[in-house]
Amino acid sequence: MNHNREARAWQWGGHTVLLIYSAACILPFLLLFASSFTDDKVIMQSGYSFFPEKFSLDAYRYLWNESTDILRSYGITILITVAGTAFSLAMTSMLGYPISRRDLPYRHPLAFYVFFTMLFNGGLVPTYFVYTQVFDLKNTLAALLIPGLLLNGFNVLLMRTFFMTTIPPAILESAKIDGAGEIRIFYKIVLPLSLPILATIGLFQGIAYWNDWFNGLIYITNPKLFSLQNILNRIMLDIQFLSTDPALSAQASGSMDLPTASFRMAIVVIGVVPILLAYPFFQKYFVKGIAIGAVKG
Amino acid sequence: MENRKAGKRMRLLKTYAPLYLLTIPGLLYLLINNYLPMLGLVIAFKDVNFSKGILGSDWIGFKNFEYLFKTSDAYVITRNTILYNSAFIVLNLIVAVGVAILLNEIRSKLMARFYQSVVLLPYLISMVIVSYLGYAVLSMDTGFLNKTVLPLFGMDEIAWYNEPKYWPYILTFIHTWKGAGFLCVVYLAAIIGIDQEYYEAATLDGASKRQQIRSITLPLIAPVITMMTLLAIGRIFYSDFGLFYQVPMDSGSLFNATNVIDTYVYRGLMQLGDIGMSSAAGMYQSLVGFVLVLLSNYVVRKFNRENALF
Repeated sequence: MNHNREARAWQWGGHTVLLIYSAACILPFLLLFASSFTDDKVIMQSGYSFFPEKFSLDAYRYLWNESTDILRSYGITILITVAGTAFSLAMTSMLGYPISRRDLPYRHPLAFYVFFTMLFNGGLVPTYFVYTQVFDLKNTLAALLIPGLLLNGFNVLLMRTFFMTTIPPAILESAKIDGAGEIRIFYKIVLPLSLPILATIGLFQGIAYWNDWFNGLIYITNPKLFSLQNILNRIMLDIQFLSTDPALSAQASGSMDLPTASFRMAIVVIGVVPILLAYPFFQKYFVKGIAIGAVKG
Repeated sequence: MENRKAGKRMRLLKTYAPLYLLTIPGLLYLLINNYLPMLGLVIAFKDVNFSKGILGSDWIGFKNFEYLFKTSDAYVITRNTILYNSAFIVLNLIVAVGVAILLNEIRSKLMARFYQSVVLLPYLISMVIVSYLGYAVLSMDTGFLNKTVLPLFGMDEIAWYNEPKYWPYILTFIHTWKGAGFLCVVYLAAIIGIDQEYYEAATLDGASKRQQIRSITLPLIAPVITMMTLLAIGRIFYSDFGLFYQVPMDSGSLFNATNVIDTYVYRGLMQLGDIGMSSAAGMYQSLVGFVLVLLSNYVVRKFNRENALF
């Protein structure tokens, strides 16, 4: 009897706390959506609000007029995300597999070479000079793809652990007896057996590329090469950013005033919607991936 | 004899040549992305002059460091970095463990999954987007706080982006909002891994939920908590650049409360062109950061060899 009451109290208490926490996580997004559909003059008067006093699509109409830049940045983000994830998975598994082989001579020094990058790093200044002075990546798409993101020691070691614990050496042995070469074994046997870890690391790499604004901030000054996040970043500091494009502002000026306050929210909505829509589909793998990563590579 | 040994080694290398070949792109990338910048740390000892090239610039010994530590900046950025990270570590720990325990208690599987997805939502979005969410709430003229919440209490508008005193709270709140969901999933995985028999036995003995949490759940996930916390302490000298740069919108009047080592290095390099100071601060961070990572790992090892990085 007493236990029943205690159990019920826990359910009530748990739901209450978790509902409040969940609300805190969701409400800012609702504020964003609602505000993007609110008339600009109303926002100027009574601020961003959850309930649009006067519904308006002006912000989206303006966005539509300026869609060239936004569509291009979308294209760049998608290209970089797909290419980055693909290269990253290829390089991570190609490095993780050999150092997972217990029979490989010098595998310990190789693993240490990977591992040491997790302990010590040169930091921003020398990295910046390597990518701008030694390699001339400034204002190239490669600058969005390569620095910092392409491969990291943690993922390599995570993959190595997966190979070591789930690929039975006997399979490799018998393939070798059948006359298969190492490279063939790698992509015909090892990779197909490793889909779970490839999916997990691919998902996290994909999110990292989609969300990255840092490389664009330091290596890209040409707005034609901006990713979606960089466009958002620029508009935050300079709301006129899109309309300062001379060719566009000539057509747009006069025809429409910039609905500043609602436009700011509308542009984030189009930035955040793709990832929110995709989230339910990868949610399960995302949660699993976090647990795997924390348990250690 | 020598010959035969060399021959054997050649044969060995030949069998493994394809495997070594596979490692080349990755090793090359780490060389460029990680090892070259480590060597590049020497520019902290140079007076960088672009007309002479970086390698040709004059050596000036510890001058850059002398300048850096003479300014009050060095103190402010070190203090901010460490204090913020300490607050983050403590708060993250409390929120994440608390929420994980509650999530585990929820009987409705559907609701539990819903809560878990939702608390991870902030972790999924970029800091640029977070800065917009922050702006919607904090903006002087149109923010939700100034226009809706403060009037309810009859309070005046606050120029949030110009008042440093609020920012320690704002940044700590946002960091916890964004990051606690991640840790919560980690702890929940640990709690789910606990053998149910402990709880069954405890219930038979008449132990209350609270007693079970105190004497079963917490002690059994303690190793995971210790490991995650020590790893975070090892990284206490590094901060989330996006949080401190994007969310305060690079507002100059907030620097005293928002400047950390990472933002200082960035501004020195990209905005002020003060490469000497910037590289000195960067090297200071790299070295102290390295020592702290080694130390925290040493401590993790003492607790639990399994969980140590090395």
